[in-house]
Amino acid sequence: METIINLIQIALLAALINNFVLHYFVGICPFLGVSRRVDMAVGMGCAVTFVISLAAFLSWTFTYYLLRPEAPLPAWIWKLVGGSADAKIDLSVLSYIMYIFVIASSVQFVEMYLRKFFPSLYKSFGVFLPLITTNCAILFACLEIMKQLQNPNELWGLHEALTLAVAGGIGFTIAITLMAGLREELDLCDVPKPFQGPGIALVIAGIMAMAFMGFTGMDQGVKNALSSLLH
Amino acid sequence: MAASEPTALERFINGILPENPVFRQLLGMCPVLAVTNGMKPAMTMAAATASVLICANIIISLIRGFLKPHLRILVFTLTIATFVTITDRFLAAYVYTMSKQLGPYVPLIIVNCLIISRCEICASKQRVSVAIADAVGMSIGYALPLACIATVRELLGSGTWFGCPVLAESWWPRWGIMVLPPGGFLVLGILLATSEWYTHRRAARAGM
Repeated sequence: METIINLIQIALLAALINNFVLHYFVGICPFLGVSRRVDMAVGMGCAVTFVISLAAFLSWTFTYYLLRPEAPLPAWIWKLVGGSADAKIDLSVLSYIMYIFVIASSVQFVEMYLRKFFPSLYKSFGVFLPLITTNCAILFACLEIMKQLQNPNELWGLHEALTLAVAGGIGFTIAITLMAGLREELDLCDVPKPFQGPGIALVIAGIMAMAFMGFTGMDQGVKNALSSLLH
Repeated sequence: MAASEPTALERFINGILPENPVFRQLLGMCPVLAVTNGMKPAMTMAAATASVLICANIIISLIRGFLKPHLRILVFTLTIATFVTITDRFLAAYVYTMSKQLGPYVPLIIVNCLIISRCEICASKQRVSVAIADAVGMSIGYALPLACIATVRELLGSGTWFGCPVLAESWWPRWGIMVLPPGGFLVLGILLATSEWYTHRRAARAGM
């Protein structure tokens, strides 16, 4: 039960309180670029959520078994080739290159899958699909997971990593969809000329970020409520 | 393709104002918003990005003859990731507190669209000297908006500049919102609008 409460806390933190876009500023490019129509924004959000989960699963696996300090696989190989047992192997230098590889191949995989099974969706995404590779939100999720795996005292399991990734993706979808809804309304408004385009979008994002700051502390509240419910 | 490729000097000047990465092309926005709550982190970030950009441009320009069209983005990304790893280790070794403060934003340079776009547009097509000039120009053009935003946010938010006290607490109440995330969005939005307004005004004057 403790685990589930912990997972809920991670999910709330990633999706609302420390929203990827509005608190950590990752994924700003699609947030400003693909937020003109609600349906496109929802599609983009779903694609990003899917890629983020896939990349988080792969990068957790690689980091846990291969890249973190005291990872089992390199130590085993080291012993196999006859190295001394007390040598410390730390391959975390390679993690950035590994993550970029993982993300690029996940995006490639999603692209192939969509082209084969959902050609119409594939066509409507166009150039934005390969651009998911350079979406900072995905690399950011991988890096957050890596940070948790560097600390040997409280290693994250796969369920925690996946919760962070899915909740982060949902948070991104929420933010970009809200933005698209506001910008559709904005087409009918008389915006001062210099502010038209990215200027007003950023000001709106600032106000949204202020609104999202209102969620601060919600995770503790929910955690306390759930714990008192159980005991 | 134009009749002649731009020369080194044109590339250099181009990066600073006419094609400024932030104001004109809206590239590399994540660090512009995330690390500008103080002048020190902003300038460290600008220096890190500049070093990665210059090194990546040199390498890509050197190997431009061997690049295959369908593999080039992969080669760009791997080159950039290598240099980001080097920069990250360098920062962690020499300015540890700053590296901790910047946190995930140093590795996020890998997916900074600015660097990939420069590799694609300039370095993979032109000589090394031109690529270096382009990278230096773009780096200056990237550092300028970072400095602008960081100055506004640090002065209004904590009354300091590079950590030195400038505005006294007694007559300047701190605008806490400026060092928090919403401040970044608001300042950048207003700055973009100002630059747009200035460009329009100058264009209108030139037209008269």
